[in-house]
Amino acid sequence: MSGSPGPPEPRETAGGAGALVGTTASDRSPRFRVIGTRVAKLDAVEKVTGAVQYLPDLELPGMVWGKILRTRVPHARITRLDTTRAEALPGVLGVVTGRNVEQHPFGYAKDHLALKGDVVRCIRDEVAAVAAETEEIAEEACRLIDVEYEELPAVFDPEAALRPEAPRIHPQFPGNLVNFTYKFTAGDVDRAFREADAVVEGTYRLNYVTTACLGTMAAIAQWDPRGNLTMWSMTQIPFLYQHDLAEALGVSGDRIRVIQPPVGGNFGRGLDLYPIDIIAALLARHVGRPVKIVFDREEEFVASPTREPCVFTLRTAARADGTLLARDARVLIDNGAYVSWGSTTPYVMMTTLAGFYRCPNIRFDTAIVYTNNVYSGSMRGYGNLESTFAVEAQMDDLAERLGLDRLEIRRRNANRPGDVTPQGLRITSCGLLECFDAVARDIRRPVDRPLRPGWTRGIGYAGMFHVGGGARVYRSDGCGAIVKLDDFGKVTLITGASEIGQGSETVLAMIVAEELGIPFGRVEVVNNDTAIKPWDVGVHASRTTFIAGNAALLAARDVKRQLLVLAASQLEEPAEALDIEDGLVYVTAAPQRRLPYEKVVRAGHFREDGRILIGQAFYDPPTQMLDKDFRGNVSVTYGFAAQAALVEAEEATGKVEVLRVASAHDVGRALNPVGCEGQIEGGIHMGLGYCLTEELRLRDGRVLNPGFLDYKLLTAPDMPEILITLIETVDEAGPFGAKGLGEAGTIPISAAVANAVKDATGVRITELPMTPERVYRAIRVARTAEAAT
Amino acid sequence: MGDRAVVDRYPLELTVNGRRVRREVPGSRTLLELLRGDLRLTGTNLACDTGDCGACTVLVDGRPAIACLILALDVDGAEVTTIEGLAARWHARSARSARLDDRPPSLHPVQQGFLEEGGAQCGFCTAGMIMAAAGLLEATPEPTEAEIRAGLEGNLCRCTGYVKIIHAVQVAVNRMRGARGAEA
Repeated sequence: MSGSPGPPEPRETAGGAGALVGTTASDRSPRFRVIGTRVAKLDAVEKVTGAVQYLPDLELPGMVWGKILRTRVPHARITRLDTTRAEALPGVLGVVTGRNVEQHPFGYAKDHLALKGDVVRCIRDEVAAVAAETEEIAEEACRLIDVEYEELPAVFDPEAALRPEAPRIHPQFPGNLVNFTYKFTAGDVDRAFREADAVVEGTYRLNYVTTACLGTMAAIAQWDPRGNLTMWSMTQIPFLYQHDLAEALGVSGDRIRVIQPPVGGNFGRGLDLYPIDIIAALLARHVGRPVKIVFDREEEFVASPTREPCVFTLRTAARADGTLLARDARVLIDNGAYVSWGSTTPYVMMTTLAGFYRCPNIRFDTAIVYTNNVYSGSMRGYGNLESTFAVEAQMDDLAERLGLDRLEIRRRNANRPGDVTPQGLRITSCGLLECFDAVARDIRRPVDRPLRPGWTRGIGYAGMFHVGGGARVYRSDGCGAIVKLDDFGKVTLITGASEIGQGSETVLAMIVAEELGIPFGRVEVVNNDTAIKPWDVGVHASRTTFIAGNAALLAARDVKRQLLVLAASQLEEPAEALDIEDGLVYVTAAPQRRLPYEKVVRAGHFREDGRILIGQAFYDPPTQMLDKDFRGNVSVTYGFAAQAALVEAEEATGKVEVLRVASAHDVGRALNPVGCEGQIEGGIHMGLGYCLTEELRLRDGRVLNPGFLDYKLLTAPDMPEILITLIETVDEAGPFGAKGLGEAGTIPISAAVANAVKDATGVRITELPMTPERVYRAIRVARTAEAAT
Repeated sequence: MGDRAVVDRYPLELTVNGRRVRREVPGSRTLLELLRGDLRLTGTNLACDTGDCGACTVLVDGRPAIACLILALDVDGAEVTTIEGLAARWHARSARSARLDDRPPSLHPVQQGFLEEGGAQCGFCTAGMIMAAAGLLEATPEPTEAEIRAGLEGNLCRCTGYVKIIHAVQVAVNRMRGARGAEA
């Protein structure tokens, strides 16, 4: 995604107009020229002119369309699969099934094949795929495939799936339990509960939602005659994908090249290998032509990864002064029919349960259950929305029980620099208290709208912490970077990190420009081809600015050192006596003696004994994987945030309206404030959707609302006023002090809104989304109980 | 339906981005299919194909329209503008003011606003969003914030929370007002 025709120069703009105001802590050091300025995305020109080419826009010579046939029933044995009629249709090039191609199990638990040959276990299951000259012919051919099923008993509720008589979904997994356990204990939980002054408890039911990206999933596969495969993919983990796809296809990884065109959103959707990519590759090999598969919208809702639904049961104990003593949690997760990342979200749930606010005694356990529902993947926030919802509900409940102020109980228990959580997470920079101060201030600004009769108004608070300096969930948490200077002074950053619309390439270019001392407009980024770019784990865990940023910074430092050595002979001074600013290499003691940096580079190419200027670095942070007891410092540093919501609720209808959200974030340093705000604002949209309107509704394993008409994303008029504060704690390990931010906006908002609804109505909502029907019922139940007492 | 010989085709003539287009198309072909497939104008994105998301919004005779819901034959004789032709349409309609402005000449003020304010993240909704906003401003040059929000209600965005999109439109309103002022 390099090659913007003309990325605009960095520029300062006012914070914005009207009610939507972004504010930025303005303590940034004046020595920065690029860092801290409001920079348009490198690819903004292509995006606003329609020139950007997304994966579905790409055409290859000879390319044909692929289409996937899915099962009609959620759990069945395939008794007959006849593709004769489909293959006979004019324009059809070939049909693949689990019975005519070689494939290997894939996924985290290796519990399925891309094309299901014998048994289907959920409604998204792939039974066959067609390659044809047009998409329409491929669709028609799918309809001509004859499949007969012998239905098997199915189970769609995770609690029911745990019962001994429940149908077995995978023969190798008795009791339908996914064989991962996430059990953590610290201190003496039972004693703490016995000795507590207050105990609150609750069960929270959290919903199925899906990333609902505007761009649906798509893939293009092309084999060359030597048996090399090029994939155009929407993956956000290109190198792990290379490995996983190679295994699924039974080829070696060096045969696979992954190209990542711009994607229409991802939000965690691209964190695993999914059947679409394998099937595209199988089809392309089968028919000897490049194959493109693009999901339609209905397919996207049925067959793209979801956030895992869960039942979160929590008890919290505290002393009379509000000091937290213990938490005891058990989470039941609906994994769906196969294992993907949804099953690993307890990893993150646990860190919040055991680490957000100081709490010494912890018990955490899970049951991750196979059902015949569509399977859970990864989605922005990754377990933390769920955990934060439960934890923050009980902070309010404790405050109420103990007669304490809701902000005061949070301040009293807030994490502080130097803390080590029971799991061994080391808190370094931490602006949590400042975040709460900021939202407490902003949420109480005057409201210029009178309260309507029958409505009540309330305010709610919630905070969060999340990894902010990488996350060592794999043995490596590294990223490579190369910075190359050319004859004309163009600086090319080749980074392992992927751009998925979040703006990573822009912030990485800013880091390089700042470190090298050259104008931002001279930097371009290459980041979308495994044949070129160095290795990276992938886009996840809000890690890119921190990890890839540090790699880019180190590579820029490396090339700068080489540039100064080269300039030394031209300026007849030792390299140590030189520096670069605004693209000029100068003698620090005599700044008038200077050379444009491109001239230095050119001289290196044309003189005897010349050299090229390429800097490189691999940054893998000094962290640990969690050990078998789930202890270890997984991230160099942690991001903190607080959000406050101002809501109005109508008792007679159960309607909830969010008027304002205040959102304050400890970002370490805001490298590109416009990007920071964008991540937060978008995160709030996604978190509010989770809270208010979004729900993938399944009945007997079938998705009832596979379209935007019935799966409700919030629209422009639905969105509240958003007041953002960026807190700069300047983390010593971050690139120019920055920490991760990408997921933070999404995480606390549903808890803040639930607490605000409690404030407005006196009723605790424990199930999302807060549809009017659900809120109305909860209020009725509460009022009936009140009347009875 | 596709390009199979059995399908009846009908003559179609319209203007797309200022150029006359003549095609024979099946009756079932949508405007979006015509734009993306026949004319290879891929700036307009297909995101739902059911009219629920607005990503494929274009201007038909200056008014925002959802290209996936319109049959190509229904816009016979019409003037269609896509994201690729929006800047030219703007400059054709405000030739004098364009010269008085210091913007790069290749962008419509709404595009410029999106560029400056960070209105595009993944960018998949951006073309439709910009076309909806441009259409709104042709009909309502001085919208309130509520009118901007209402004008974009049919356009879904998953990345921005709409905040910077609304800013971008407000910036465009100011710039277009400036251009009108300079003209007067």
